[in-house]
Amino acid sequence: MAISLEINGEEHSLGDIDTETPLLWALRDTLGLVGTKYGCGIAQCGACTVHVNGVATRSCQLSVGQLEGLAITTIEGIAAKDGTLHALQRAWIELDVPQCGYCQAGQIMTAAALLADNPDPSDEQIANYMAGNLCRCGTYVRIAQAIRQAADAIQSQGVRA
Amino acid sequence: MKEAFDKLFNDPLQQAGLGRGSFDGADPLADHERPAGAVAPALSRRRFLVLSGLGGFTLALLGTGNASATAKAGGGDAGSDWAINAYIQIHDDNSVRIFAPNPEVGQGVKTALPMIVAEELDAAWEDVKVDYAPVDGARFGAQFAGGSLSIPMRWQEMRELGAAARFMLVQAAAEYWSVSPQGLRTERSSVIDSGTERRLQYAELAAAAAAQTPPTAERLEFKSPGAYRILGQRISGIDNEALVRGKPLFGSDVRLPGMRYATYVKSPVLGGRPMHANLDDIRALPGVTDAFIIDGTVRVSRFDPAGTSVAPGVAIVAHSTWQALRAREALQIEWDLEQASRDDSAQWQSEARRLAETTEGQAVAERGEPLSQLAQAQQQIAASYSAELVSHAQLEPQSCTARYHEGTIEVWASSQTPGRAVQSLAALMDLPESNITVHQYRGGGGFGRRLDNDYVRETALIARRVDAPVKLQWTREDDMAFDQYRPPVHHYLRAGLDAKGKIAAWDNHTIAVTPDGAEPGSSAGFRPGIMPEPVLEHYRAAVTLLPFKTPTGPVRAPLSNTYAFAEQCFMHELALAAERDHLAFLLDVMGEPRWTQEGERRAVHTGRAAEVIRRAAAMADWGRPLPQGSALGLGFYFSHAGHIAEVAQVRMEDSTRIRVEKVWVAADIGTIVNLSGAENQVQGSIIDGLSTLAAQRLTVRDGAVQEKNFDQYPLLRHPLTPEIVIEFVDSGHAPTGVGEPALPPLAPAVCNAVFSASGERIRHLPVSKAGFSLV
Repeated sequence: MAISLEINGEEHSLGDIDTETPLLWALRDTLGLVGTKYGCGIAQCGACTVHVNGVATRSCQLSVGQLEGLAITTIEGIAAKDGTLHALQRAWIELDVPQCGYCQAGQIMTAAALLADNPDPSDEQIANYMAGNLCRCGTYVRIAQAIRQAADAIQSQGVRA
Repeated sequence: MKEAFDKLFNDPLQQAGLGRGSFDGADPLADHERPAGAVAPALSRRRFLVLSGLGGFTLALLGTGNASATAKAGGGDAGSDWAINAYIQIHDDNSVRIFAPNPEVGQGVKTALPMIVAEELDAAWEDVKVDYAPVDGARFGAQFAGGSLSIPMRWQEMRELGAAARFMLVQAAAEYWSVSPQGLRTERSSVIDSGTERRLQYAELAAAAAAQTPPTAERLEFKSPGAYRILGQRISGIDNEALVRGKPLFGSDVRLPGMRYATYVKSPVLGGRPMHANLDDIRALPGVTDAFIIDGTVRVSRFDPAGTSVAPGVAIVAHSTWQALRAREALQIEWDLEQASRDDSAQWQSEARRLAETTEGQAVAERGEPLSQLAQAQQQIAASYSAELVSHAQLEPQSCTARYHEGTIEVWASSQTPGRAVQSLAALMDLPESNITVHQYRGGGGFGRRLDNDYVRETALIARRVDAPVKLQWTREDDMAFDQYRPPVHHYLRAGLDAKGKIAAWDNHTIAVTPDGAEPGSSAGFRPGIMPEPVLEHYRAAVTLLPFKTPTGPVRAPLSNTYAFAEQCFMHELALAAERDHLAFLLDVMGEPRWTQEGERRAVHTGRAAEVIRRAAAMADWGRPLPQGSALGLGFYFSHAGHIAEVAQVRMEDSTRIRVEKVWVAADIGTIVNLSGAENQVQGSIIDGLSTLAAQRLTVRDGAVQEKNFDQYPLLRHPLTPEIVIEFVDSGHAPTGVGEPALPPLAPAVCNAVFSASGERIRHLPVSKAGFSLV
């Protein structure tokens, strides 16, 4: 069945595709948007996190057939159209958050949903909100610092979220 | 047995903590092993590709940016990319391109190694661009990532490369200005004439520099550490912007035109062989282009980076990953389990305990008179420590892409041993190495799992059957079922204390897995020089092998990860038995400051050890009063040439729930290359250590690993992150690696704190087995 999805503000045709195909694999294999990662396939690790209508969601659990008419954002779409990085992306670079980096797209997508929801989260709120995203390398200390730094930048300097 | 251990001891990778036996022959450590004073390979002809065809210094080239094609690096790149040597190119926009030779799996070497080059080259870091070096041992030496060796084995070579290139740039400037090179200095990618302050950018000099004769080693000048502009700074990872933008960087991100997607199904009971499968049904499913049985070369694979072992299974090839996985659900395989494993991890543990406590074992190391000293000691203490299987669980499941065409194969892989992958495929496919191309890709975590090339071999055999490029994607379930695990182990420790409360003798009887009944499994058994052997006068280590077929392999800080737990917790037990403070006791064990092995700078130095122990204790304010149910615990370990002490502060929420509130780390890993990267590795090691000790264990029953995914094999999550404070001791020694050595001290620090807080001694990992949990 031919399916078309709105991803990062643009309409993308998936062609004739099994409607049960998880969004994760449609993004990676069909569209070449490989920033969204496969880690577990059972919504345990968060590496495949995307936004659907602004809500952080595990793309391994979403069938493409469910998603027509919804706005999907992936890590490739979180910077501004002109390429200006999101405050979180900048903080991630400034604080050198990644080690292997494989989980970090998912971490940033969850963190972006957190800051959209709660622009001034406490340390405890950050920790709990991020609990669904595993980092095998153990960069949690820096993830929390980077979220805090991005939140401050957005608030105090009016930097783009 | 004796031969087996001799072989074990003689394998440098085993000594480096990388597992057994598989790296003999042309060893990747050849450079690391070279004696001091030998001619540096950086300056040998094969590494130093000075370009010909320029006919010496050519004035016309300065500032024009137009170069003749014959002198361009790589022969065909756009623009003028002057190769000063195999690792360094200077472009006409004054950018400096440095090739990173070793694989990046999150340990930071794609940033750290070029930093060393850039420092001695005196390039501005903003000018530096980094690419992976091609996989080519003739030009780039030992290209692997393991044993925390990338930095120490490349340190001198990278310095020489940078310093030699700088020398050639200065020579070129001196000739251009017709002045002596003595009056010239370099700064941020420019050569400056100190007399006149006139300057030339490296780009303007690159062509002429490339034509200079490379200097001999004795003409090289290195910066004094005080003059460093890059080393020791916090430098953000070179791929970070691409990472946060979601660019394709990882092995599993590779996409090629016309590519097919494969899944490979092996017997969950290790050693099973597919006799029959409903292949015709599978081939008829949507998107499936082929399905076939691969006989494999072994029944149960072993840790085998350069070898040919492939476990048998069924390959399904499709037009997308999802179609392949969907078809897999319909796959029905009849397995031949005749030679399959019947391993049972619980049985192994109980048998190991019995053997440890009732038999003597085969001595593998002995110094002094351990047994008689033990018998005469004032006080004898004994305890059993054990640990279970754990998985690497790197977050990116194994994936590889390959294209086979008429006897040549091209492979894209996140291997920690890409050079070994070439040898492995040549042997497996009976092809000359020249027909094999391996491209390096970033690995989504390594921890030792990508040292083996088992998934690369599987991909190659699938690709040989398919007339298109193929990407093999393991599922998480594949990754957990077909890992090479941290081996289960049992230590029976006995020690004697003399009348002064000092250690009179120490005996460690280790029960180690053996897949074949003859030799210990990879990363199991014993390693010479493992702590505390170097610091004790009367010491004995014995090993008994107990059969277990399930493959084992190097998992971050192999051997050290479980030895440290047993040894450092037992050390605490001894301190208590001697009625002494743990800190004072541990410092006493170290004794006078000395190298424990004459002339070996990667050995334990008791002074460096004592310094980090004192430092960590001071950071944590050791000895201060804490509320009821809270306590500090201390752990020290030496591995991978790093001396690291850690103090953990825990609070018992109740009798079994442990909150690790804060961890202090004092580390002596010599000169710090990238401060940010080094701290990141230490922070990660603390999290990894907590994650592993909390509840990670794999159960093997009837030859099959029972845990399938992260719902049954938990990784530590964000809310359990403790506060972590890190100090690096500036000891002035050459840098050593930090991917691994901060992990081993963590488990004993935490378990010692738990004892002090609760009176409960944890002697088995993970702590969940005894009903404890981290909260």
